[in-house]
Amino acid sequence: MANRIARAGGALVLVSALALSACSTGAGTDGGTDAADACTPSDGPVTLSFTTWLPGMEDAAAIWNEQNPDIQVEVQTGPNGLGGTYNNFFNQIEAGNAPDLGQIEYDALPNFRVQDGVVNIASCEGVMDAQDEFIDWTWSQVTFGEEDSVYAIPQDTGPEALFYRADLFEAAGIDIPTTWDEYAEAAAQIREEGGYITNFSQSDINAFAGLVWQADGQWFENDGEAWDVTLDSPESLKVADYWQGLLDDDLVATLPAWTDEWNNGYNSGDVWSWVSAVWGANSITSGAPDTAGNWAVAPMPQWNEGDSAAGNWGGSSTAVLKGSEHPYEAAQFALWLNTDPEALASMNATANIYPATKTGGDLPAFSEGLDFFGGQNIYDVFAAAGAEVNPDFTWGPTMTQVYTDVADGFSGAISGSGTLTDALTIGQQKTIDAMKAAAIAVNE
Amino acid sequence: MSATKAPVKKHNGPRESLFSRSGAMLVMAICTFYFLIPIWWLFVAATKDRGDFTSSAPLWFADFNLVENIVNLANYRDGLFFQWMLNSILYAGAGAAVATLFATMMGYALAKYSFRGRETLFNVVLGGVLVPATALALPLFLVFSQVGATNTFWSVFLPSIVSPFGVYLARIYATSSVPDELVEAARIDGSGEVRTFFTVATRLMTPAMVTIFLFQFVTIWNNFFLPLIMLRDEKLFPVTLGLYIWNSQVNQIPEIRAYVIIGALLSIIPLIIAFLSLQRFWRSGLGTGALK
Repeated sequence: MANRIARAGGALVLVSALALSACSTGAGTDGGTDAADACTPSDGPVTLSFTTWLPGMEDAAAIWNEQNPDIQVEVQTGPNGLGGTYNNFFNQIEAGNAPDLGQIEYDALPNFRVQDGVVNIASCEGVMDAQDEFIDWTWSQVTFGEEDSVYAIPQDTGPEALFYRADLFEAAGIDIPTTWDEYAEAAAQIREEGGYITNFSQSDINAFAGLVWQADGQWFENDGEAWDVTLDSPESLKVADYWQGLLDDDLVATLPAWTDEWNNGYNSGDVWSWVSAVWGANSITSGAPDTAGNWAVAPMPQWNEGDSAAGNWGGSSTAVLKGSEHPYEAAQFALWLNTDPEALASMNATANIYPATKTGGDLPAFSEGLDFFGGQNIYDVFAAAGAEVNPDFTWGPTMTQVYTDVADGFSGAISGSGTLTDALTIGQQKTIDAMKAAAIAVNE
Repeated sequence: MSATKAPVKKHNGPRESLFSRSGAMLVMAICTFYFLIPIWWLFVAATKDRGDFTSSAPLWFADFNLVENIVNLANYRDGLFFQWMLNSILYAGAGAAVATLFATMMGYALAKYSFRGRETLFNVVLGGVLVPATALALPLFLVFSQVGATNTFWSVFLPSIVSPFGVYLARIYATSSVPDELVEAARIDGSGEVRTFFTVATRLMTPAMVTIFLFQFVTIWNNFFLPLIMLRDEKLFPVTLGLYIWNSQVNQIPEIRAYVIIGALLSIIPLIIAFLSLQRFWRSGLGTGALK
């Protein structure tokens, strides 16, 4: 069965690639409507469809449906975005039967923007006013810095921090690293103890992007006319060099991420720390049950001593998809879903989401210490990190391709052919080629 | 030669040497081992609770929690998983039954009636064997969108009831196993063509029909891409799509991993039952088809 799923996944990727290129060429170039689309209430009761892969969204929708008899929301589901839902959205938009609302991750939103798949809801009542409720960087993710434009409502975020084995660090007499230099020194000490300080994932390119994000790097920029691709920016290469150094000295493990092997690395105490997003707490709690009580969370190590920069890994938004006949009502629901404390608490309970609102960290669920982390209230650390995420980081319109190409290079680097830096340089060229092939304006 | 249930004939030819026989056995044993290991792993993993799953040996049992895991699965989201199993059984069972009927009728017609364009028609159908179902999913989605029938039971069921390979198999089998004389005799006795097909031909073609049914059942059961594209309402999902979706949520909701594993184990049970109960037909059917 697992095998069958894997194979189906393989076929899916192939077909996705075909569908993606077909869509891109069909939809033309960057641009779309400049002014916000008109947004007026519909007459009479409406039913909205909402496709999301968060489990238990029905619960949040039920609260809304109770309070809004004239705007009923029907929840539909699918696999996670890259697992098929994004392709479904594009197919449905093409066929004219897309759901009114869809979940879209920040790194996929530019693709939908470029292909004109999402509605600009800036003129819908209350949308522009909601800006102050959201953490600054999430708002720039959904507006792309354009005037009078809002393409989605931020839903959740993944601010990053350092998960570490407090007991092991203490027993070995190693201080918790606050800079990346200290982190590398600690890595060497831990290697002498027989462990690895962390695991470097060859497949989670968006996690690597989070590290570049923290280093104030950029992978993409859009000046309104064309894209700049900067996978090989100095900051990006600095981060790559740093990790290549750790790889060369065998100071980090290279277990394939999200496998049993990887879980076991943490569960057995071979791997001592993990720079990850707030939702990583769930992964570590379920993946390493034997280590309960021994973990703690500290801010990410810094490039410059005394800084407090943080990266971000993951996060979604709720967008109104092209073709919706009720953008006004859809926007109202999206706003409510992602700001109302009751809705946020419901989504946190069923899907572990960490809200994108400034006050989201005040939910009761985030106010208690967790036994797994020795009673520490880890969410304080993540709330502080969320406020330090660089608001200017921009995702490109072809992230699926970027992830695939860079992951190819990274796995090569880990098996000894080429380096992480090479992977980024090659990825840079492949990305430019892919964007040109999709008729997206790009500066070279 | 036209016996419908030919007993397996004893092989009386010269025997192979001991060496080549044990060599063949060894190769087969290795293959069997290789194919069964993942299923064994799945079974063992399904009996473990979450802690043991990561910490204990992957190919041997820790505490036996199979029943508990099944109960947890049944309670998760109000037994959604069993709704998926039912859906799959309905899509695959009913779809394969209708597909078998259609394929047998067409195969019989192609074998027993000569009419203009017969070979052209047959070749067109044969061409259908070459087109992978995955390639048809997107066009089908656009067609169903035109009539507003996506995200319905029919959007997955209707495309499943055609089986070009089944037509091919049925034609070959009907040619050899339904004698023209018998059809002629039925006509002389006053039986209509439809009645002849259902009372005479289907009896003779049973092994082929079972084979077509099994093939199509497995094809529909494993068809993943079409439901992925067509369906958005989780109450309509077949079990393959449902498990895939859960599996894609594992990073964020790690508890789901246990449900995916136990669900994967349960989802192969109907296939095993179908194979075991129809196996002897499967073998004789395939063998006959291959010889002709």
